Amino acid sequence: MKRIRIQYAKLDPLRYTSHLDMQKIWERALRRARLPLTYSQGFHPQPRLNQACPLPLGVTSRDEIIDIWLNCDSLSAIEILNTLQKTLPDGIRIHQINEIPLNEPPPDRLVIAAEYEITLFEALPPHELERRVAELVSVESIIRIRREKQYDLRPLILNISIIEEANQPIHRLRLRLSARPGATGRADEVLSALGLDATSARIERTRLILEKDASVC
Amino acid sequence: MLSANEIQTRLERVLLKVQKPGRYVGGEYNQIIKTWESVKTRVALVFPDIYDLGLPNLGLAILYDELNRRPDVLAERAYAPWLDMETMMRQHGIPLYSLESKHALADFDIVGFSLPYENLYTNTLNLLDLAQIPLFSSERDEAHPLIIAGGHATYNPEPMAVFIDAFVIGEGEEVIHEVVNAYQSWKSNGGARIDLLIALSHVSGVYVPSLYEPDYHENGTIAHIRKLNDTAPLPVRKRIMGKLPEPTWRFLVPNIDVVHDRVAIEIMRGCTRGCRFCHAGIVTRPVRERPPEQIIAAIRNALEYTGYEEVALLSLSSSDYSHILELVNRISNELADYPNLSISLPSLRIETVSLDILEKLRDSKSGGFTLAPEAATDRMRNIINKPISTEQLLETTNAIYRRGWTTIKLYFMIGHPSETLEDVRAIADVCKTVLAQGRKSIGRRATLHVGISTFVPKAHTPFQWAACDTPEIIESKQRLLKRELSGPNLKLNWTDPQETLMEAWLSRGDRRMGKVIFEAWKRGAKFDAWHDQFNFAAWQEAFQFCNLNPDFYTHRPRALNEVFPWDHISTGVRKSYLLQEYQNSQQGLLREDCRSQCYACGILPEFNQLRRQNPGNYWKCPEVASLTVE
Repeated sequence: MKRIRIQYAKLDPLRYTSHLDMQKIWERALRRARLPLTYSQGFHPQPRLNQACPLPLGVTSRDEIIDIWLNCDSLSAIEILNTLQKTLPDGIRIHQINEIPLNEPPPDRLVIAAEYEITLFEALPPHELERRVAELVSVESIIRIRREKQYDLRPLILNISIIEEANQPIHRLRLRLSARPGATGRADEVLSALGLDATSARIERTRLILEKDASVC
Repeated sequence: MLSANEIQTRLERVLLKVQKPGRYVGGEYNQIIKTWESVKTRVALVFPDIYDLGLPNLGLAILYDELNRRPDVLAERAYAPWLDMETMMRQHGIPLYSLESKHALADFDIVGFSLPYENLYTNTLNLLDLAQIPLFSSERDEAHPLIIAGGHATYNPEPMAVFIDAFVIGEGEEVIHEVVNAYQSWKSNGGARIDLLIALSHVSGVYVPSLYEPDYHENGTIAHIRKLNDTAPLPVRKRIMGKLPEPTWRFLVPNIDVVHDRVAIEIMRGCTRGCRFCHAGIVTRPVRERPPEQIIAAIRNALEYTGYEEVALLSLSSSDYSHILELVNRISNELADYPNLSISLPSLRIETVSLDILEKLRDSKSGGFTLAPEAATDRMRNIINKPISTEQLLETTNAIYRRGWTTIKLYFMIGHPSETLEDVRAIADVCKTVLAQGRKSIGRRATLHVGISTFVPKAHTPFQWAACDTPEIIESKQRLLKRELSGPNLKLNWTDPQETLMEAWLSRGDRRMGKVIFEAWKRGAKFDAWHDQFNFAAWQEAFQFCNLNPDFYTHRPRALNEVFPWDHISTGVRKSYLLQEYQNSQQGLLREDCRSQCYACGILPEFNQLRRQNPGNYWKCPEVASLTVE
């Protein structure tokens, strides 16, 4: 058996495909490539795939991770990549593919934070966004309710900054949010805490920050 | 009309505000996008219900494949947006668009609707409206797309006649090309719209309703159908394939969950059983089978092309496919390199050999085993011509439980002609026996699901003369079943009698129904197939507004010599044969499978030439002497 880690971008054509449906997208791409998936035991055997950090519906990403387990010893990572390239759907672009030890922890456990870039469809009046951001970071806790559960969003916001572009009204933000198990910040929640409509913005996850890169946090 | 780019921009602003936005963006694996300007003719294929139901539709998948294989044509898709998305589209001025290139439907040359059942009619109007295309055929001109429709419901095209420019009656694989060709030559000659319609009426299998007009008797029945153009055919005969083409295996793979997420391969078309209530059994005659090797090759191609591992083998009666055992054996041997392949085979006969077949297919047994006895007394079984004895049913259900399935689904139909409460009580009794025996075999795990549908007389069947039960009678029959069939491990489903009524009005409706459909739509009727959306009041008001009595279409027994609104559409089966069968039913006379003996339904003389081009065992009609007579 081999365990392969793939880093990829999830692009526009798959923007409205959920985390759960992405599992199927991968399964089918792997089967089309006739790569020997390994299956779980039991009544309904499922292919062994493990995607890190669910991406909310409508969010694209430049940096996703999935681990796949294959029943083969002979294929190299490059050979797997070459086969897979021919059967991937439009919305997946692979950056990197590596064979990793079978006992490596699941990718979810390696990630500690995620960065996002947000583009608002409509710019706010001058200085308004700056004001709201400053206000947001100045408070100690932001209590919000999601799925009937109360939580504090503030500690999940590691960084928030405005992207300034020459000769353009300000309409872009960069976020760094915690992404640890049980402590994951959502970009749409930050937007609504800023008094913005999260459905009127384009959100892209630009980077997953792994524990081993923790020094940068 | 908005350009594709403008539509795309507006879409991005609304998609996150609706449920399941993946329904509205296309981008499926295997979708085909051609350069808009690179082709001569652009066709939009529309399924008038939501994406989740429309994407798996095999008929449209076939047409999509047929059309896109032509270099001079592009075919793209559209489905009905759900209510939330429709509201957004109307608010933001987004017209109905195609998923592939996001072009407005009004910018296509041809828009084709799939109408497999009647409760999609109001949605069809709603989609035309959302596409900003005039609803009535008479209001459209050369600048509008040609609106065509096909599918099983269109064997009675009259209720939709005022909205659709041309109906394609029957099987679409060949005729769709001829429709496109006729369109292309009309376009290059720059004629008027009427010239196109006349040219289309000359294509075999195409019905152009505006070239015909019904005359009515004072009592509202049809006196005759008049041609308004001398060259239009009368009757219009359905189109069939003499030989079934290689099955489509180029399926689109959706990026979101849909109802049937699988490969669908049709193994056979038609059915020789002759159940008298069955519309499909008549309109799809004659039986034509695909050879096992063609089916296996198609499965293999589809698996490679899609990455699916679920396959459904479709037909009206799988057990009747001549090579069924050979096929299942070969699938398990020749496709052994797909270890997780799961094959479903619906429509199996009530006999224990069906279990052997499913076991060979490595059926997981978790989905349950489905059987459709339809009736529970011998009297009713003789009337509907589906003779399965209670003993045979119980022997089969017993074996199903003993061999490891814990759930059985039984489908019955109430409201057959002359059915009494006693016949209905027998349904409850047999269900209780099935479950009691199951308990004996496997204990409390035994589960029974009972589906009770309500009979609707359909055009072109032996029961087209029959009256429907009134809603009160249906309700009393359903009450009896609900009372009798309750308890642990017993699940009962039934159809809302009001929804049945609507289906019945439309199934045997005449051209005047078009106005009723329009008025019902104006009063908010849409998604009639959705129980929670069905708007009975809108339909009642529409009938009242149009001064038509709905009971005329449902509860009136027809005179044996009545001219029906669909009589000018020929399925190849003679009306006299249907009448004979209706009379046989009233006398409780059975007719056996017509594979062994021909009862002269009319298919063979009607398609004499096609039959001769495909001799021998390919059609499952027995050889008859009259065939050689010209």
